[in-house]
Amino acid sequence: MQTELILAGFGGQGIMFAGQVLSYAAMDIGKQVTWIPSYGPEMRGGTANCTVVISDEEIGSPVVKNPDIALVMNLPSLDKYEPLVKPGGMLVINESMVDRSARRTDIKVISIPCSEIAEQIGNIRLANMVAVGALLSGLDVLTVADVEAALMAHMPGRHRHLLSKNIEAVHRGYEYAKAHAVVTR
Amino acid sequence: MARELWEGNQAIAEAASRVGLEAYFGYPITPQNEILEWMSRRLPELGRAFVQAESELGAINMVYGAACTGARVMTSSSSPGISLMMEGLSYIAGTEVPMVLVNVMRGGPGLGNIAPSQADYNQICKGGGHGDYHPIVLAPASVQEAVDLMPVAFDLAEKYLNICCILIDGSIGQMMEPVELPEMRPVQRKDFPWAVTGAKGRPRRILSSIYLDPPEEEKTNLRLLRRWQEVQEKELRYKEYFTDDADFIVIGFGTAGRVALSAVRAARAQGIKVGLFRPITVAPFPYKRVAELAQRVGAFLVVEMNAGQMLEDVRLAVNGSIPIEFYGRLGGVVPFPDEILSEIQRVAKAKLSADADPIANWMKRMEMVAR
Repeated sequence: MQTELILAGFGGQGIMFAGQVLSYAAMDIGKQVTWIPSYGPEMRGGTANCTVVISDEEIGSPVVKNPDIALVMNLPSLDKYEPLVKPGGMLVINESMVDRSARRTDIKVISIPCSEIAEQIGNIRLANMVAVGALLSGLDVLTVADVEAALMAHMPGRHRHLLSKNIEAVHRGYEYAKAHAVVTR
Repeated sequence: MARELWEGNQAIAEAASRVGLEAYFGYPITPQNEILEWMSRRLPELGRAFVQAESELGAINMVYGAACTGARVMTSSSSPGISLMMEGLSYIAGTEVPMVLVNVMRGGPGLGNIAPSQADYNQICKGGGHGDYHPIVLAPASVQEAVDLMPVAFDLAEKYLNICCILIDGSIGQMMEPVELPEMRPVQRKDFPWAVTGAKGRPRRILSSIYLDPPEEEKTNLRLLRRWQEVQEKELRYKEYFTDDADFIVIGFGTAGRVALSAVRAARAQGIKVGLFRPITVAPFPYKRVAELAQRVGAFLVVEMNAGQMLEDVRLAVNGSIPIEFYGRLGGVVPFPDEILSEIQRVAKAKLSADADPIANWMKRMEMVAR
């Protein structure tokens, strides 16, 4: 089985790290995984996205046109990736940063105010982990416990004091998504 | 060893440090800066030499000097930087000293861009610098394969007194995959009979690429060629997928090869009997194996991230015996699997001719793709 994800947003929103957390979790449960970034020459403020492929066998292409799941953290990313999600797939939208709802009716849509939830936890920069939690609600291959274990095992030393907040953010995102998922299929 | 998630560039740098790299000389250029960056921290920590040179010319000539002492030495760069190194590379080839070069290709020609490309296949596989010489070129398609080929590259360079190049594109340099790295080995300087290490107590050794007497230069050229013939006989590497019962076969190296694997699997799921041949040594090119496969299948579909550079080697191997089709993306564009799948579906149904010009036909189809 193979699962293909695209995570997209502005540079600085933690999109690359969110993809890496999922990759670490997949690796640690014995899967094959690829993480590949795509961003403009600018580091912050520009658009950034990464593609994560999780598989049971040797992964061919690390690049994906039509993902099973897209996580979009801002409006340009919603406009770009909503049409590309596979029919029957899932779209996670950070509704704090977009001013419209999803148009697709053949996919599962989770719209979640990641930035507001992150602020409630105490740091707006946790919005990426709230989004990861929401995404996990529709990702069969990984559990919240897998991601929690990956965060504990791989979070760099300089960020370790933020570990419990990150884990809390994942849980809050997951719970919100479970309660609010809109399935229009 | 446990698997760890590594970015390609950093994994290559760490693997080289673990298999006895003594000195690295380089100059920054995207998309391979993480190699230089990793080395700048790691090598001093290990008590080895790291120098950020003043330019690519400086870097390659420092490599030349260090290689003459018999040290394990390497540099890395990307397309425009590699062009700047060509003079030094030719001198290194002419002096018959070993070195490893990592070339993380990007879109070109000229300054081009920083996106993944395979457009420097001809430059690196066919020598690049002046004079008759052949670098050994290995083209991994994943981070693990790149890591596994690092010790191989040093061993080949030292065995055949040659340049060995790891040829990848920016996507393999910057993607992350789980890898198992080699164990840390101590530096083991080999006692090469040619190395210049100080002549105290022994006759002087002289290393040079100057042979002012043409018959002496001719002897040198023949010596290089004899070594190259041995490389061609003994050092070919490639990987085959679903080739046993294939009606036709896709051929691609590096990233194009692994993207094609997804397309080949999707085609198989639709009942199309297609295989994949992925050369790992692109110089020497596995001509003989490709010729053998050409006797068993109806056609080849060559897929590259360039305008058909390896295609010429495939045509040489096939020698007109079966039709060859081509699909390429250029300028830093990476093909998606569905593009290659459509090509596979087209080839499966089309009436093909061995006389057709694969480039001309592909260009006609490209007019629809890239407007």
